[in-house]
This record gives sequence, C-alpha cells and structure tokens, in this order.
Amino acid sequence: MTLARTLLLTGTAGLGILCLVPLALFLALPENQALFWIGNILARALIYGIIALSLTFLATYGGFVSLAQMMVAGIAGYVLAMTVQGAVPVIIGGFGYPMAILMALLASVLAGLAVGAIAVRTNDIYLLMITLALAVGFYRFVESNIDLFNGYEGIRNVLGPDILGRRFRDPMVFYTIASGTALLLYLGVLFLVRTPFGLALQGIRDNPRRISALGYNVVLHRIVAFGIAGFIAGCGGVLATIYNIGISPGSIGLGATINLLIMSVVGGLGHPVGAFVGSLIFAIFDTFAASLYDRDRFNSLIGAVFLVIVLISPDGALGLSRRLGRLLRGKPKPGAPPA
Amino acid sequence: MFRGLMTRSTAALLAVTASAALAAPTLAQQGGTIRIGSIKTLEGPFATGGQDAVRALTMAFEEVNFTVAGKKIEWVRESSNAQADVALARARKLIEQDQVDIIIGPLSGAEGMALRDYSRTLTGKTIVNGQSAAADTTLRDVSPNFFRFNGDGMQWIAGLGTYAYQKMNARHVALVGGDYAFPYAQVFGFMQEFCKLGGKVTKLWSPLGTTDFASTIASIPKNADTVLVIHGGTDALAFLTQYAQAGGQQPLIAGPVTVDQVVMSARGPHRRLLNNLISAGPIVDDSDDPTWKAFVASYKKRFPDGFAAPSINAVHYYIAAKAVIMALEQVKGDLSNNQQAFQAALAKLEVPTPMGGKVRLDDNRQAIASNFIRRVVDRNGQLFTTQVERFDNVTQTFGMPRAEFLALGSPSRDNPSCPPQ
Amino acid sequence: MSGATAATVILNGLTLAALYFVVASGFSLIFGLMRTVNMAHGSLYLVGAYIGYAVFEPLYDRDLWYAWYLAILAGMAAAALFGVLMQTVLLGWMQGQELRQALVTIALSIIVADQLLARFGGTPRQFFAPDALFGSTALPLIGNYPTFRLVQIGVALAVGIGLWLLLNRTRLGLMVRAGVDDRPMLAAMGVNVPLVAVLVFALGAALAGLGGVIGATAQPLAQGVDARFLLTALVVVIVGGMGSIAGTAIGALLVGLAEQIGQALFPTYSVILTFLIMVVVLAIRPQGIMGRAR
Repeated sequence: MTLARTLLLTGTAGLGILCLVPLALFLALPENQALFWIGNILARALIYGIIALSLTFLATYGGFVSLAQMMVAGIAGYVLAMTVQGAVPVIIGGFGYPMAILMALLASVLAGLAVGAIAVRTNDIYLLMITLALAVGFYRFVESNIDLFNGYEGIRNVLGPDILGRRFRDPMVFYTIASGTALLLYLGVLFLVRTPFGLALQGIRDNPRRISALGYNVVLHRIVAFGIAGFIAGCGGVLATIYNIGISPGSIGLGATINLLIMSVVGGLGHPVGAFVGSLIFAIFDTFAASLYDRDRFNSLIGAVFLVIVLISPDGALGLSRRLGRLLRGKPKPGAPPA
Repeated sequence: MFRGLMTRSTAALLAVTASAALAAPTLAQQGGTIRIGSIKTLEGPFATGGQDAVRALTMAFEEVNFTVAGKKIEWVRESSNAQADVALARARKLIEQDQVDIIIGPLSGAEGMALRDYSRTLTGKTIVNGQSAAADTTLRDVSPNFFRFNGDGMQWIAGLGTYAYQKMNARHVALVGGDYAFPYAQVFGFMQEFCKLGGKVTKLWSPLGTTDFASTIASIPKNADTVLVIHGGTDALAFLTQYAQAGGQQPLIAGPVTVDQVVMSARGPHRRLLNNLISAGPIVDDSDDPTWKAFVASYKKRFPDGFAAPSINAVHYYIAAKAVIMALEQVKGDLSNNQQAFQAALAKLEVPTPMGGKVRLDDNRQAIASNFIRRVVDRNGQLFTTQVERFDNVTQTFGMPRAEFLALGSPSRDNPSCPPQ
Repeated sequence: MSGATAATVILNGLTLAALYFVVASGFSLIFGLMRTVNMAHGSLYLVGAYIGYAVFEPLYDRDLWYAWYLAILAGMAAAALFGVLMQTVLLGWMQGQELRQALVTIALSIIVADQLLARFGGTPRQFFAPDALFGSTALPLIGNYPTFRLVQIGVALAVGIGLWLLLNRTRLGLMVRAGVDDRPMLAAMGVNVPLVAVLVFALGAALAGLGGVIGATAQPLAQGVDARFLLTALVVVIVGGMGSIAGTAIGALLVGLAEQIGQALFPTYSVILTFLIMVVVLAIRPQGIMGRAR
C-alpha cells in the first residue's frame, strides 16, 4: 500500500470514528451525559493521548522510553500561561493566544531538543533514569520557584481564545479542536516514519552502528526525534493547560509522569494508536473508579492493573487484543487488510 | 491491520459507552432530592485531613437525617489528591455527570483557586469551600458562585503579632516558612500587626518540600529573641525535630498550621518543643465552650477511631455543610431560578460554629470569623491546644477598607518588609 | 556568611551525603550485578522504615533502651525479605528485560505506597534516637551540632567499608565482581547466578531498609519520601557511575553538599544546582564519574 493511500485511509477512518463516537453518545445518552463524555472523558483522553503519543513515537520508532514527555508538555503549558494575556498572576503577560501558543510550542520543541541532547549518549534504561530525574527535578524547581512559575499555586485563568464566537472550552468546540489536533499529529507520525528520516531513525533503533557506517549522523537524528516529540507533547500541553484553566506543579509531578507512562504501556508501545487507546482506558478508569471501587485505594488498583499488563502483555492492550483475536479466530482471517 | 484495529477499538468504546449509560445515575432532581457533592483529599500526604473531613460531613448530614426542608439529601463523594487539575476533574464529574447542585470542597489552596475559576463558568451551581485557605480565592477575581465560610491563611494568624509584641515582649522575630503563597499570606498577617507596633522581622524561607532544615537553623540570627514557625504538616515536624536536635535555645511561636492534630498526634522528638507553645489559629481543641464540648463529644462517640479532637479540616467542612443545610432550610429546598434564592440566603447567613461563635460573609462571600491565640498543653500524653485569647469578627482585610488593603500589594517573599536595623 | 556558618553548612552537606550514600549504595549494588533498575528502591526504604517503626513503637512505650536498635534490624530484615520476594517472584524470570523490570518495579512502588498508606495512615512519624545519640555535641569552630547527624557519617563509613570488604575480600564479592564484568561467563563457570542475584538483591534491599530507619530518625517518615529517596538514589548513581561503590560515595557527596550549600546561598534555586551537576557530568562522562563505559 502506498504511503498516500495509507494516510488517506487511516485519516478517513480516524475522522469517521472521531465524528461517529459523539453522535453515538448523543443517541445513547441523555444530552448532558453525552456532553460530559465528550467534554471530559473523550477530551481528556485526546489531550493526554497526544502527550502519550510523543512518548509512544519515541519508544516505537526510536527505542527511547522517555519519562520527560510530561515535563516537556508542562513547559509548553507554563510558557503559554506565563505569556498569555489574562492569566493570573501576570508573569510576563501581554500576548494574544496565537503568539503565546506559538511561543509555547517553540519552547516545547527546544525543551525536547535539550532532553535529547542531554540523554543522547545514553540509551535504554539509562535514558529512563535520566529523563525521570530531569522530570522530577523540573517539577521540584517549578514547585519551589515563585518568580517564574508562581510555585505551588501555579498560574490560573488560561481560558483559551474564542473560536468563531464560541468559547474554546465549550465541550463541542474543545472536542473538535482536540480531535483535529490528535488526528493531524497521528497522521503526521505515520507519515514521518515512512520518510527517509523516519526510516533512518528506525534503523538507528535496530542497529546504530550500521546506520552510522552508512554515513548518517546518529546523534543528530536522535536529537531531532526528541525535538519532534517535544512538538507533539507541546500541542498536548497547550490543550491540557486550557482544559485545566491553568497549570500548577501537580500537572507535571511524579504522579502525572507515571500516569503518562501507564497510559502508554497499557495502550501498547508497539504502535502510535496505543497512546490513544491507553489514555481512553485511563480516563474512563479514573472517572468511574470511585463508583466501581473504593476511591481510597484507587492507586493500589491502578498499580495492580499496570503490573498485570506488564506481566502478561508487555505490548499492552493492543497486543492483548491482537492475541485474543488470534485465539478466537484460530487463524488470521482471510481477506484481513494486510498489516 | 490498522483498519481492523480501529474497528475493534470502536466496538470496545461503544460497549463501554453503553454500559456507562446503564450505570448513569437516575436524575431525580424534581422528585424531592438535593444532590450534594463533596471533594476532599483521600489520597497522598493530605489523606489524614481528608478522612477527618469525611467524618465531619457525615456528622452534619446525619444530624438532619439526610433530609432538609422535606427533601432528601443525596451525597456523592469524590476524592482528589490535593492537585488542582485532579480537583477540577472531580468537580466536573460531580457537576456534569452526577448532576449535583452543590459542591462542598476542596481542601488545599491550589485546588480552591481551580474550583473558584471553574465555578465562574457555571450557572445555577454553587461551590461552598471546604477548607482551602488561599487569600486570593476570595480577594482577587472573585466568583459569584464560590462561598467560603472559613478564614483564609492570613485571618488564621490574626492576633499573633500583637500577642508576641505585647505579652511576650518579642522585638526581633526570625521566621521560618515554606517559600510559597500560603505561608506568605500568614506572614503578611503577622507582620501587619507586629511591624506596626515596632517589631523587626528576619525571614528565612525554605523551598517547598525541604526536609533537611539544618542550614536554615544555622542561619537563624543569634540576636533574634523569638522564632516564628510557619511550616505545616511534615515540614513542621521536620523543622521542630531538627531544631530540638540542634539544641535550639530561642523560644518558638507558631502559625496556624504548625500546631494541629496531625503534628500533635505524630510521635517524635519534636513533642518536647510543642509543650506550652503559643500559636494562632481558627480552632482550639480544648475549649471550655459548651457548644465545642458537645461537638467533640458527638465526634468521639460517632468516630471512636478519629483524632483526640476534631481537626481543623473537620471543623471547616462541618461549618460548610451546616451553612448549606441552613440556607436550604431557609429557601425550603428551592434551588430553581439558577439557585438565586439559595445563593442569596447563603450570602446573608450567620452560621453558628462548633467553637461557639458565629461566622458570616463579606461582599466577596468570604468569612468574617473568630480567631484564637492558643497554648499547647499535655493531658496524659495527649497534646491539645487551649484558648489564651479570642478575637471576633476578623475580616479578610484585617479591618481595613478593601481598596486600602489591596493597595498594600499581594503578599510575597519580600512584601511586607521590616528587617532589623 | 561567617566561617562558623559556612563550616556548619558544609558539615550539614556531609551528613546528608552520608544518608544518601547508605540509600543509594543498595540501588547501585543491585544495578551493578543485575542491570536491574529498581524503581521500587524508595518503596524498600518505606517498608524498612514503617516495619521498623511498628517494632519500635511498643518497645519505646515501655522505655526499652534497645527499641531503636531492634528497629534497625527489623527494618533491614523486612526490606531484605521484600527484596528477595521481588527478585524471586517477579524480576528473576525476566532477567535481561531491563525496561520491563523497571516497569514492574514502578507498578510495585505505586501499590506499596498505597498499601502502606492504608496500613499506617497519613500521619507523619519519626523515630526517637536513643538518648546517647540524641541532642548535640560540641565541635570546634561550629559549636553545638546534632549528635545524630554525626552518627549518620559513622553509619555511612561502616556501610562503605563493609561493602568494600565484602566485594574485595569474600568469595561472594568475587562472584559479584565477576558477574558485573561478564555474567554469562560466570554462569558458564558453574556459579549459581540466580542465587547470587537473590543474595545481592537482599543486601541492596537491606541497605535501603537501613537507610529507611536512619533517615526516618533524621527526617519525618511520611507519604512521598519514597519518591524523594528514589530520585536522590537515581541522581547519585547517575552522577557517580552505575554499579561503583566509590562512585556512589562521590555522587552522594556532590548531591548532599550541593543541596545544603544551595539552600543556604540561594534557597529558591537550590534544586537546580543538583540537576546542573547531573547534566554537566552527563555531558562530559555519560557513564558517570566512576562508571565504566560499556
């Protein structure tokens, strides 16, 4: 299948799902419930799915499990909150949303490049440790610094621009923007990995020496991959900050960092769509756990689920469903679309 | 492969959606039910306070048998982890999914700010603060749907500056506190009184989350005659222990969150320093007031496994629930018309507190409340606070006109300032 | 800053470094042999401290002088047992899958923290050091200094020397060092590598438990300290070099001193100093100061 055809098909399928799901919700549920699902569960799944996509992209195609992606998203969120007009308290302020968002994305790309540059000479498990240390260190800096980040209380009142006369945070508007962004980024990733850059990146993942011998600059490719992941995470960070009406250190703390890892692993690190599957499962779980299970012990539950997934299906829900499918069918379906 | 995958996840999604629809609460708002949601912290380091808040809410609702003005109270509980975005997600679930009319909560300052902002985007819903005490929540950019029946951090320290200067003859106070907004507000309140009387203050800030205060303790000026501890919770415990170990000799006084049941019931070397310690705060554990004695008795009867005395969290969540119940009674449970009558009743309410006083609201829907100077006493190995002095009608602006108070600027690391020399 | 204050701050840094060394040495040891990044190392600290406390409290209430010493033994034993269980039940059979092991230990750390919260509540706790170790000692230049902080240095020295002797003077140490260099070869020579792995895991975990009781005597024991000490262990080991005890000591010294000096000179930016050290070290020597390039 040609690249263009794949992208077209996937794009249409994705668009279809993103449009049909709200429609189905409206048909199946009372209006306010449907709006709750769209405005909260789906929107949250999309936002964190985007941030998780940056991790899944690095893990799947670069072999880097970076725990700094929540931090990079947070940097975008903080730059937006620091620069945009109307945020409280005023740190820099004075910029309109387009400019502030642009600066936020630029910052996240730079942050991604910086993480890449710091971690580039290490790999695997060292990378996990270094990025975790960076993430938690940045969190503690943000939490303890008043001048730039307003410390523990964070920066509030980031409401987002009005879109065609409607509030950005109107559930349908927000959902439309978040799903559009998610779909574009997702297609972008699928496109990128088929380009010479993406192919070289996967080559480096599998055998850096050979790729280096072929004359590619391994270090540069790795750093650029982190920069691209930074952009993806930044998009998620901007949306998350508007969604949360602001940002505070809790949004980027150890808990948030680990949750993002849980989403990616639960969804499956083998394919970019795993990011969204994982974030959707997490959002549903997080919202309804209180009704299903004693909220007090929520962390034990989520930890246990995570443990079980890692133990029985290291490639997450995607791998699980694939294996279950094979088990149920007995053999691959004839006429199934080629992978 | 990919298309097959998408179909499968769509099917899964629809299945989940359908089951959630079945599990969705039946909306019985018209059928004489009032839905009240609560948000407190049951996860992480603040969980102890959150558990006490649940006890207090249980007491308040049980007192009226879960009925108000002939309508049934349906209580939907949610828990946060003291992080703003989690509190926000829970509040959204309560309002949008569970369809509650009123939320009582949250617990911590950043959560309070987030819910205040969220409440502004709502119509016909009310949030009554549980315990969060950041000053700005009701001082700047206020929300018409956010009501707070507890004092803010600054109100909680009212009287301490005067007491330290006049009764303890303190002239140069070295203060130690966490370097963020909540301690700033308390320090601001202390210095309003203390510096006006002519006292001098040296400030020693530590980053939030510091557990090793050795270097801070080494920096306390030798000529300071008193050390004011603003830290709370684990930080307070760490500071007090290390001060004791370092052989600190300067007398201590303490802010409102330093001396609470969490720190007093914790075991450790710091207890030697706590005995007789003077502090300011909105509640006194061991008051002679009959209302308080009755409240403590029913708390201990209902929850034998609770604290030795209800904590500050319990008292504030209890007052908030009481306020909601009283206002609902006044309007006969009528929440129609975007809760206008209910909100008006809340704003005019005078709520009797378990401390035997009354709390009412100012124009920003912020409490005008009582505050206390307290002394720690040891009763058979249990530590309690007893009342030394009481100040009624403490306002958020320390009695100043609001404009004049706001002109003093936001509390910060350097504002106000009255260093020695 | 006066000379006395400066000396105090530096001594504070040294004593904090001593605590960090005790905690991080176990982490480094486990990584050195097995390449397992134990993200639940902070949980082992918590397990040691809380179990130690459960043993300590009733004895202390009866004024028994050995309460604290018994707490140390109990904490170390509990952490070691937990570590052995981790290695035998979960980690041993996925040897070599480093990322998966890290994920498993992350999941464990979430569960352990929550179960300890359920069992022990959120109220912070702290050990009373025995009277002989509490209070302060007069030192030249500095004046009165908390005795227990000096004890921390003693414990760290004992741990450091003990580990050196173990690794360089015993058969087990020989096997561990050989395993660090070439694990398959060690197995080929007929050594029971899984058993050595369990022993090393028990030792590393026991050190975390020791750190837990010592740490909870110096600082409060509460929810969240597991993350703090895990992070500290990570940074110490990244800076010092993976699997090297000397490197761990150097890393602990740098981090401990940086924290205390930073806090005294520029409190709100002190956190950055630690991470600046990490970034600079990584830029110059990605394998850490004493680490060997792989």
